[in-house]
This record gives sequence, structure tokens and C-alpha cells, in this order.
Amino acid sequence: MNTATRVLPGFKITLGYTLLYLSLLVLIPLSALVLKTLSLSWPQFWDAVTAPRVLAAYRLTFGASLIAATVNAVMGLLLAWVLVRYDFPGKRIIDAMVDLPFALPTAVAGIALTALLAGNGWIGQYLEPMGVQLAFNPNGVVIALIFIGLPFVVRTVQPVLADLEKELEEAATCLGATRWQTFSRVILPTLTPALLTGFALALARAIGEYGSVIFIAGNMPMVSEITPLIIVGKLEQYDYAGATAVATVMLLISFVLLLLINALQAWQRRRS
Amino acid sequence: MNPATVLITGGAATTNAPATSAPATSGAVQRPSRDRARSQLPWGRWCLITLALGFMVLFLMLPLAAVFAEALRKGWTAYWQALQEPDAWSAIRLTLLIAAIAVPLNLVFGVAAAWAIAKYEFRGKAFLTTLVDLPFSVSPVVAGLIYVLVFGAQGWLGPWLAEHNIRIIFAVPGIVLATVFVTLPFIARELIPLMQAQGSDEEQAAIVLGATGWQTFWHVTLPNIKWALIYGVILCNARAMGEFGAVSVVSGHIRGQTTTMPLHVEILYNEYQSVAAFAVASLLALLALVTLAVQSTVHWLHERELKAAAHLPPDRCGRPEESHP
Repeated sequence: MNTATRVLPGFKITLGYTLLYLSLLVLIPLSALVLKTLSLSWPQFWDAVTAPRVLAAYRLTFGASLIAATVNAVMGLLLAWVLVRYDFPGKRIIDAMVDLPFALPTAVAGIALTALLAGNGWIGQYLEPMGVQLAFNPNGVVIALIFIGLPFVVRTVQPVLADLEKELEEAATCLGATRWQTFSRVILPTLTPALLTGFALALARAIGEYGSVIFIAGNMPMVSEITPLIIVGKLEQYDYAGATAVATVMLLISFVLLLLINALQAWQRRRS
Repeated sequence: MNPATVLITGGAATTNAPATSAPATSGAVQRPSRDRARSQLPWGRWCLITLALGFMVLFLMLPLAAVFAEALRKGWTAYWQALQEPDAWSAIRLTLLIAAIAVPLNLVFGVAAAWAIAKYEFRGKAFLTTLVDLPFSVSPVVAGLIYVLVFGAQGWLGPWLAEHNIRIIFAVPGIVLATVFVTLPFIARELIPLMQAQGSDEEQAAIVLGATGWQTFWHVTLPNIKWALIYGVILCNARAMGEFGAVSVVSGHIRGQTTTMPLHVEILYNEYQSVAAFAVASLLALLALVTLAVQSTVHWLHERELKAAAHLPPDRCGRPEESHP
């Protein structure tokens, strides 16, 4: 196999170009972040990443991201199910629209959701009198994150569900399983790797999200300020050390999630 | 246990089993259960469809409609006026320029990286693939920050750049860099799995038959990957034009000079110029709709091509699917 593939030309030039490009654009700039962090003293770093305002931001970012990714997992599974198993008018359009959060710039999503949910908006005007406020508080953060994370679960579950062998379900039904049993014991276990991958992708995206959230969050310190906004705020005050420290924490979390996603995808490949 | 009773006790409302299409060979014992299933299912099915569509309308369609409604709230004249503003125009020009630089750069990179990763075996390949994916999981704000740390006034190259009067941060080159970073994986991610699945038998045959490397790529590889390539380019372009977080950190928000369309939307919105903000936003929303339309057209064309290939004699449509480790 190896000697056969060597026949193809272009290995050195394509690999060389790939490594050069990645080094210049990704590795060197990221190492700048790490080196800048290492130049901070430990107390300096620790104070920056554990200030009460920063801790509140972590809590909001992770809490809202977890809620949003969970909603995405449930609704994404439902949407994938409906799109794969049922026929209804306008299905093609709905299928294409699922990708809207990928295609719509986040800033546009942010102002559109704010316009809908603010006190005078299409939805907000009905909710406000009932005492439900969805914009300019942590609820808004969750809603924006649900919006941007929606396609991940649908797009990871959809192909697996389409490839699912119907015979298995029929066998389960013939053997006396109720529909719920068939779903929870036969279908769901097969979908689990894809579902978890989609959940992790949505979570990773939600934790780093900035554009759509800042318009709807209200950005009150300690209440509705997300972690990326803390970094931007510190940069605007020329506090490069503080911004770098918080960014390093976020980068570490990204790495952990990336490894988790890789492991989940490997699991999914072994399953299929 | 009798399947018929099982299906009756299993409530249709809470479960979402599909319409049973029992194989034609099924015995007479199953008949009653199938009839029962048919009479029960539509209700549960329409429940699920309604729930899914309701969610889609609430979370996707309404925000999209709101963009256009807000943009046109004061009529078409106000809308056109907002779009004819010089600052809006310079934002549109800058956005097009950024995409025109970032997309080709990542296109060449994506093809090169996919070729190296999919066609050869080497050590550290898994690590390289992860590295290509990395920009997806880095927060856009962090992506902007790393370039500030390299090129900014207090960064590594800051003093040298200042000496030579070169501006990267708070100028167009910085915006290009940040955009290239966040859109880097799009095309490579589409190509790598596809080229891995296709293997390299066809390319090897071409080389053995005397084609040059370039001819092999142009006449053998490119036709095989064209749909994935177009797909990747569209997604890359949409993100390049719409990126907000990373660009916002490096741009400095100099009006008319370093504001891309999404940044211009933010400035107008914060100045309470709602109609103008949504007017520019509506252009970006149109871009998103065009992206989705092209995306599903490409998907449809690709499927049609696969179906056509399936009708050919087996020796002509045989894709070496399992030839690669």
C-alpha cells in the first residue's frame, strides 16, 4: 500500500504547504498566547482568571451553553427524525433551512432575536405583560445559543438515522416491544454516538460564541456577561495580560472539547 | 405476547416509532397489528411534525422575517437611503474584498491539505487533521486576540511594524488574517473525508498511464471532488462575509475604513439607527438565503449525478470505496 501510494506525486509540496500555512496562521499565533500567559506570574494569572466577575461569566457561559446544547440535542433529534422518517409538504425547504444558523452572520442573528424578544418586539410584547422577560438577561443568552447550535445535532444524527436498518425495529416490534421500548432500546443506543457528537459540537460552539449573544444579553457584569465579552472588555482597557489569561482558560476548554469530539467521532466510526 | 395488544398499550402520543412497513413476507398473525398501527400513527406523526415545524418557525423563520420587517419598517425609500450611505458602501466593499482574499487562500490550502492527508500515509497524520479542525473550536474572540498578541502595538512584532510604518492590527490586513483563521477548516473539512473514502486508485491509474501530476489532479481528482469543493467554498464564503467576533477584536472599528458589514450593523444598531442597521443586516440575510439555496442545489445535483452513475454498467460506476485503509 505504501509503495503504491508513493507513485502519486505532490506529497512533499502539499504537506509542506499545509504545515507552513498552519504554522503561520494557527500555531505561531496560538503559541504567542501561551507564551504571553507564561510570562505572567502565577498570582497575576490566578487573580485574573478567578476574579468574581470572571467567575460569574464562566458560570453563565457554561450554564447557558449546557442548557442550550441539551435543548439542541432534544429538538435536533426530533427534527432529524421528522426529516428522515416522514414526508410532508415543504420538507426540502425545511431541510435546507436547518442550516440557516450556519449561513446567517451571528450579528444579524443577534439583532433579529433581540428585535423579536425585546419588550416591543413581535414575541416580547405578549410575554412582557405576563412577566416573562427573554431579552437583556441570561434567558436571552440561552435563546441565542439555542439558535446558533441547532444545526449541529440535526446534521450529525440525520445520516445515522437514515442508514438505520428498519428490520431491527420490525424485529423488536415482532418480539413484543412497545414503540417506546423499540425507540429507547433499539434506536436510541444506535444514535447515541452521533447524538453526543452533535451535543459536544453545539456545546463547543456555544461556549465560544460572541456575536449573537452580546446584542441580546444586556451584558450586565455579574449577571449577563459572557466570558468572551470579558476578554473583549479587558482588551478595550488595554489589559492584555488579563485578556490573555482568560483567553488561555477558554483555549484549554476548547482543546478538551476538541479531544472529546474526536473521541466521540472515532466511537461513531467504529459503530458503523 | 400478541403484537396487536402491544401496539395498543404503547401510546401513540409519547412515542415516535415510524409507520411500520412490515415486510411482505410477514405472516397473517401480524395483519391486525399493521392495521391498528396505520389507524393510530397519523395522529402521533402529525404531532411530531407540528412540534418540529413549530420550533423551526419560532427559532429560525421568525428571526429571519424580523430582519426584513425591521429593515422595511419605514418603507422602501428609507431602506434604499440606508443602503446608499457612503459608510455602508465602504463596509460592503471591504466585506467583498476580505472574502475575495480569504476564500481563495483557504481553497488552495484545503485542496493541498486534503491531498496530503487523504492520499498518503505518514506519522502525525491524526494530529495534523486535528490541527486543521482547531479553528472551529477556538472562540472567535480568542482568534482575534492571538493576532493582536503577535502584530499589535504591544505584541511580538509590534515595535518592528511601527518602525516600518506597517499597520496590521486595526487595519485591513488584520481583518484578513482573523477571517482566514476562522474560515480555515471549511474547505479542508469537506474534502478530507471524501478523498479518503475515494482512495487513490484512479489517480494511480492515471499516473501509470503517463499523466503528469497536474493532469491527474485536473482531469481525475477534481471531477470527483467538485461538489464537495463547491460546498466548502460556499460555506467558507458565508462565514468569511459574516464573521463578527474575531474581526471585531482586530478591526478597531474605524468607520468607513475598517468596518465590515457585520461590524457596520453593530455600530448602527448601537447608535439606535435601527432601520439602517437592519437594512445592512438584510443584505447579509439575503447572502445567507442565497448560500442555503446554492447549498441545496449542489446537494440535489450531486444526488442526481450519483443516481445517474448507478444506472451505468457496474464497471463504470464502481467507486473504490473500501480501497483505502
